[in-house]
Amino acid sequence: MIWGVLQFPGSCDERDALHACRLARVEFGDQARLVWHEETDLSGLDGIVIPGGFSYGDYLRAGAIARFAPAMSAVADFAAAGGPVLGICNGFQVLCESGLLPGALLTNTGTRFICRQGELVVGEADSPFLSRFEPGEKISVPFKHESGRFYAPPELLARIEENSQVAFRYAPGQNPNGSLNDIAGVINEAGNVLGLMPHPEHAVEAFSGSTDGLRIFQGPTRAAGPVGVAA
Amino acid sequence: MSKHGELGLTDAEFELICQKMERPPNDVELAMFSLLWSEHCAYKHSRKLLKTLPSEGVRVVMGPGENAGAVDIGNGFSIAFKVESHNHPSAVEPFEGAATGVGGILRDVIALGARPIAILDSLRFGELDTERTRYLLDGVVRGIGHYGNSMGIPTVGGEIYFEPPYEQNPLVNAMCAGIARTDGMVRAAASGVGNKVVLMGSLTGRDGIGGASVLASAELGEGESDKRPTVQIGDPFEESKLLECCQELLEADLLVSLQDLGAAGLTSSAGEMASAGGVGIDIDVGLVPLREADMEPFEIMVSESQERMLAVVEPERVDEVLALCDKWQTASAVIGEVTASGDFRILRGGETVGEIAVDALVDGCPLYDLDPAEPPEWIYANRRTIDSTDPSQILLALLASSSIASKQWAYDQYDTLVGSRTAHRAGDADAAVLRVPEAGRSIAIAIDGNGRRVACDPYLGTIEATLECAANLACVGAEPLGVTNCLNFGNPEKPTVAWQLSRSIEGLGDVCRELDLPVVGGNVSLYNETPSGPIYPTPVIGMVGEVPDHTKSAGRPWKAGDTIALVGPLNPSLAGSELEKARGELGSGLPEAEVGAIWGAVGLVRDAVRSGEIETATDVSDGGIATTLAELALTAGIGCEVDLDPVMTVHQLSPEDALFGEGPGGFILAGHAQAIEALGGGGVELEIIGEAGGGTIEISAGGEQVRVLVAEASAAFESLPESIEA
Repeated sequence: MIWGVLQFPGSCDERDALHACRLARVEFGDQARLVWHEETDLSGLDGIVIPGGFSYGDYLRAGAIARFAPAMSAVADFAAAGGPVLGICNGFQVLCESGLLPGALLTNTGTRFICRQGELVVGEADSPFLSRFEPGEKISVPFKHESGRFYAPPELLARIEENSQVAFRYAPGQNPNGSLNDIAGVINEAGNVLGLMPHPEHAVEAFSGSTDGLRIFQGPTRAAGPVGVAA
Repeated sequence: MSKHGELGLTDAEFELICQKMERPPNDVELAMFSLLWSEHCAYKHSRKLLKTLPSEGVRVVMGPGENAGAVDIGNGFSIAFKVESHNHPSAVEPFEGAATGVGGILRDVIALGARPIAILDSLRFGELDTERTRYLLDGVVRGIGHYGNSMGIPTVGGEIYFEPPYEQNPLVNAMCAGIARTDGMVRAAASGVGNKVVLMGSLTGRDGIGGASVLASAELGEGESDKRPTVQIGDPFEESKLLECCQELLEADLLVSLQDLGAAGLTSSAGEMASAGGVGIDIDVGLVPLREADMEPFEIMVSESQERMLAVVEPERVDEVLALCDKWQTASAVIGEVTASGDFRILRGGETVGEIAVDALVDGCPLYDLDPAEPPEWIYANRRTIDSTDPSQILLALLASSSIASKQWAYDQYDTLVGSRTAHRAGDADAAVLRVPEAGRSIAIAIDGNGRRVACDPYLGTIEATLECAANLACVGAEPLGVTNCLNFGNPEKPTVAWQLSRSIEGLGDVCRELDLPVVGGNVSLYNETPSGPIYPTPVIGMVGEVPDHTKSAGRPWKAGDTIALVGPLNPSLAGSELEKARGELGSGLPEAEVGAIWGAVGLVRDAVRSGEIETATDVSDGGIATTLAELALTAGIGCEVDLDPVMTVHQLSPEDALFGEGPGGFILAGHAQAIEALGGGGVELEIIGEAGGGTIEISAGGEQVRVLVAEASAAFESLPESIEA
């Protein structure tokens, strides 16, 4: 896999995401590079990560300006063609603002930024990003955000649930932000776009206390398989 | 009042300016002098004392005089670090005051060519039972989080104390550490006659005029809300772009020198760059990108608009520099030139509107001797909050007291993880540990300063604060490489404060010389005083240390069956302790500290942690041995059974001294019995005092007995949010 990690002015976790992408399938020689927000040519990339942070300062509303970035039109085309796209935290907000994922992310009910390690329950969603998890499995990743309260109007929420588009829920009692139905992450209907508020890129090495996040990055695989080896 | 008087200059200082200029200064020049000759910029009451501090060391890359200090961590990398105060702005407007405090210290580190990797904060407030304190705490914590989180720089540690003398004058000290390639670091000195001066970052507006420099150079009085317009407004998005832009400019080797704009804005940054380089500088205010078109030259020169940096650039590289600024959507303009004149010349269009010899402006301010006098008695008010003499009740009260109770409420509001370096988060261990894989090792960072103990004895209290910081590093296996400090004191023109300040700096110098710890930078914040009196004298000590292997940096809870030992020459006493405070019995004086013996214990603990054999290590601090044991127990969720009788015999202690007495030089270590026993016999005091296990904290001392359920201790320790939301 060759990953592209978007970089907007104001991105924060782009280097962490790059690191996670490279670490994901070291044995297959996975690579990653930053994609500047003004780039429109994503050719040669097998997957896209939209990282955490405060794109363009998140003025107006989180992710509201980034959706107009030149790179985001290219990402929309990439997603429409079935390419895997992962939005983390601000990236999730950008994907919702862009209409690539359903729902919206509002200010946490506590109105404060929160940062703590927590547990997620893997949903029933069908997505390459979840291929290395069992539905119902509990994983440990950090939550850190100020606007992470997942919201969708009742009809949309019902559809998300019916279509099994919930990728992750906060474990019982751990919903940190007032998200509806404890939703922490959702996929699009095709399953190739995943957005989540928690930070899997900060759970990829033993020092951080959990490596559960790595498996999200290990999910999508290029058809060719290991470098130089036929699948 | 005379114009110079309104600007904070004395008549004698004004006379001296006239002499140096051989004429009276015009309005632009007077505004510039008033700022650079303020306490905040000129350190006129502290510079003579600061010169006595040791600053040399084999690992020192940059020392005092640069934007921040820096130490070599090997493999071609250095850590730049500094701590700075933003006390008065935070007293007036806590959110913006704290946010811009963080922004300012980040720029100091960025100016060396380093990428910030960690923020720590040392905060002081009044007691939590007033609405003002809760308002200030909430705003300050939000402000710190807002700036650091938005910048993508983790806030990894710090400390918060609540004491009555900080009620009207809180302290907000922010520390930043950054990493740089040693050969890519840049200094602030302007050089190369004909080189261009480029201003980058936010537009210059009227905000913060006279902010840090005037606000920070006088006591706080009534009607402080009138000063709100002098507080700067922060925009972390601008700073984030500026950081990335500066990193790319330096990687491309496009800059001759770099300096941030802080207090006194363009006046101090351009003046100090010229002074350090021994050159002159021309600045054309007509070329400065402005937020408000009709600004006067003096306003442009003293504006403290945030998120700005000044660079010296060779003429042929200017286009590349401006293009990179455009890439990062950060405003930039050539606003001047380095000259051979030795003068700081202010132009508007072609017209000269001010001209001052650089050395008169930057180095000409008179330095004052202090007039210290030790006060005959304790000058701070005492307040009784504990009546009980039952040690279990005392323990629970101490665990719930605001200064000791868990600060997780605050840490939860900070991004502690971004950057993927944080091996020990805030609150997990005695010091933060950050991985530096580039250099093949990790670093530890700690910040400490118990103002109450310094109030009891400024000399010994400062020595204790320095030892405490080193002890915290030792508990994660780190050896200190360098020291930074922020000296927060009251009005130095008053003899008592002058005595506190001079004794404190003497203590800092003596202990750093004895232990060979170079002081590579620092900051002084004076006039922290209101009509109700001065704050506790509060030297905040920050240290960066080296950790060979972060997997051997302790910070883990004890396990059932672990042997518990007290290590070091701790001679606990109630003097200056949390218990003495709670009883309203504070007074002057602390017991002597055996620095050499304590340093031996620090080394033993560091080596024990580094060996990987000991995974639980902490120093005995606020609330004494019983409180320290209780904190270890509640972290682990496992109790302990401890007997302090042997410790009482060695040091001839009363039960209360043994349980709740404080002092430097004590550590609690826990681990396998063999690992603990193997530490003994090397000349450092080591007493096995008990074993971890069960659900109760049981500590006996003389005939006295602490018996507290771990769950009860936990509830007390976690009670801070209730006091805050009250």
